[in-house]
Amino acid sequence: MEDVKPQLLKVTIDGIEVEVEPGTTILQAARKIGPEVAPPAMCYYQPLKGSGGKCRACLVRVAAGSAKDPRPMPKLVASCLTAVQDGMIVENTTSPQVIDARNGVVEFLLLNHPLDCPVCDQAGECDLQNFSFDHGKATTRYEEDRRTFEKNDLGPYIQLHMTRCILCYRCVYTADQITNKRVHGVLGRGDAAEIGTYIEKAIDNDFSGNVIDVCPVGALTDKTYRFKNRVWFTKPVDAHRDCPTCSGNVTLWYRGDEVIRVTARKNEWNEVTEFICNTCRFEKKKTSDWTIEGPTKISRSSVISANKYRADTIKPSFGQRLAAAEYKEIHEERDTSQLKIQQLPPERFAKLPSAMEPEP
Amino acid sequence: MATKILTEHINVPGIETFDVYRKQGGYTAVEKALKTMTPDEIVEEVKKAGVRGRGGAGFPMGMKWSFLAKPEGVPRYLVCNADESEPGTFKDHYLMKNLPHLLIEGMIVSSFALGANKSFIYVRGELMYVIRILEKAIAEAEAKGFLGKNILGTGYDLELVVQPGGGAYICGEETALLESLEGKRGNPRNKPPFPAVKGLYQCPTVVNNVESIATTSWIVNNGGDAYAAIGIGRSTGTKLISASGHINKPGVYEIELGVPVEDFIYADEWCGGIRTGHKFKALVAGGSSVPILPANLALTLANGEKRLMSYESLSDGGFATGTMLGSGGFIVFDETSCIVRNTWNFSRFYHHESCGQCSPCREGTGWMEKVLHRIEYGHGHQQDIDLLVDVAKKIEGNTICPLGDAAAWPVASAIRHFRDEFQWHIDNPSEATQPGAVYRGEMALV
Repeated sequence: MEDVKPQLLKVTIDGIEVEVEPGTTILQAARKIGPEVAPPAMCYYQPLKGSGGKCRACLVRVAAGSAKDPRPMPKLVASCLTAVQDGMIVENTTSPQVIDARNGVVEFLLLNHPLDCPVCDQAGECDLQNFSFDHGKATTRYEEDRRTFEKNDLGPYIQLHMTRCILCYRCVYTADQITNKRVHGVLGRGDAAEIGTYIEKAIDNDFSGNVIDVCPVGALTDKTYRFKNRVWFTKPVDAHRDCPTCSGNVTLWYRGDEVIRVTARKNEWNEVTEFICNTCRFEKKKTSDWTIEGPTKISRSSVISANKYRADTIKPSFGQRLAAAEYKEIHEERDTSQLKIQQLPPERFAKLPSAMEPEP
Repeated sequence: MATKILTEHINVPGIETFDVYRKQGGYTAVEKALKTMTPDEIVEEVKKAGVRGRGGAGFPMGMKWSFLAKPEGVPRYLVCNADESEPGTFKDHYLMKNLPHLLIEGMIVSSFALGANKSFIYVRGELMYVIRILEKAIAEAEAKGFLGKNILGTGYDLELVVQPGGGAYICGEETALLESLEGKRGNPRNKPPFPAVKGLYQCPTVVNNVESIATTSWIVNNGGDAYAAIGIGRSTGTKLISASGHINKPGVYEIELGVPVEDFIYADEWCGGIRTGHKFKALVAGGSSVPILPANLALTLANGEKRLMSYESLSDGGFATGTMLGSGGFIVFDETSCIVRNTWNFSRFYHHESCGQCSPCREGTGWMEKVLHRIEYGHGHQQDIDLLVDVAKKIEGNTICPLGDAAAWPVASAIRHFRDEFQWHIDNPSEATQPGAVYRGEMALV
């Protein structure tokens, strides 16, 4: 049989053209270009079938449907579910309409999500934290009571903080797809909906710990790691072991010489591709249990790399560019595209002292 | 007397039984369709009739049918959406209760046209007695050979299943209905794929409203052209309107599309006018999810012509000066109604019924409800009105299913047309919270 190459489709996202295979979604195409234009995703999780479309964080504007039919789509579309067409033009961070919608989504998500980052174990690794930094506002217009929940005991390994849940359904899909004993799901409706086990039952199976990894916020956390450390003080190291139930490829999180947490390996989009078993995650916490591969590669813009700067640091993320663009009003000369600090022209210096003079 | 297609024989005693219905000319469409017509011919007649979906969206029914994928060896399904539950809409309930055989006849004809051998009627769980009526009627039809194996000796088989829903408004959305029918949580699916390609059990499915399906037997008997001759423009045929509120004669009326709104409200044949001694203040023309209109815009178009009961005329002027025909839930308000309280009430419903799957709807509907509650109870702030407009704008169009839009439109339109009244609540909290207090400022009352 002849090896026929599928015809590649050309998509333009934020003015950058990329060629992708048919069947690719806008989000995947954008991720191919890089984090600069990749829409945020709170509920979409590539390894989980059926995920996506719920959080509405990845909404984009399709300015031209395809080369054949260049009409714009009437509504914003969820980029994680919309397949690309040849000649499609997508506006992500370049469309004010999209920025406005994302602003709304952040505000909605934060209505009932407490900003308890200082005590939350997910701080520093939280998708919602990043998303609100990029697209949110410093204040809220919400004055009403926030929802609270009775504590729900899920067993010895997993802590459920329902107040922090943003109902992304990722853990439900995980339980559905990688374990054979699904015991939890979504109960209730609307903003009274909650993740629960119906009648307080422990989530109990070999792979249950993976719901911790897929949770984008701090709703599901590791009971064996709680309050042990802040993630930016730890040192992640790739390691593996010969495990009979899972691949055994993990990340060990060190504090000094001690392994304080074991997680599955995440890719640059914070997604686990190889799920690990509970034995690896909760029980093997000695260095001698593992074959060490070397330090985990951490994105230079991640808070985990804080205090560990190198010369080739941070690429400007969207949030910084947005902040820079707003800052431009005060500082016209600032070149936001390169993010280089320019020397102020001398005449600007001349103005400064007079403004700082005490009033007579 | 206006033409009646659906409710012609509704007052005949015993019409809910097979024999009486048959005597009134019932089930002739089944005989005609199965014995003399091909499925494609029926679809063609429905297309010619130009009948638009009566569940609210108004999508041409024949076109929906023609979108149905027909892969080899895969069953196709027809699902009747009888999960009617929007505030102000009660026509399907009325139709099923009084004329169960009309729906069953329509189901047989439509299923034959679509090539479905198993069809479902998804009825709202609260209507248990209607479910019993339908089941009894199905048993009668089956006993007479109009349902089951080899109908009337034509070799066509059809099994009709009545499925009670759990009583969630969201299950009236077609994809949530299919999820619910499959035994799952009633969350809407992301589209595409549309049900016509992958619907019930991943098979091609058509979901139609009760009223839409009930019209098919008349279309088969009398032809699509005869149906298209009734009505006005692209709004063909008749429509059941469930009229409620401050009118003298609330009830379900079958009208030819194109009747002026003014006639519908004031004629004795229909609503019989506004409650005696009161004035017409506002109108919700198509169920609680459509934008509310003040009296003057409800009766006339922006250019001064009379507004008609049709899809086009009601939506004339877009959302600035128009509304939608929707499902035909016609709610009339006189000057004693408080628009803020009413908006809060609608909002309370959508907050309660949001499925909670996507974030703008889950969080936004609750937020709007709480702000409206605050305004109604005299704790509103000046910025709350703009806040509501902004929240509604951020929900609208950004959700998976139209429930987000349905929750946002009533709030946005109430503020658009009755901003003064909201302002009055904020400025005069002590007066506005008095029992029965209503804004009596400058307003176009008719």
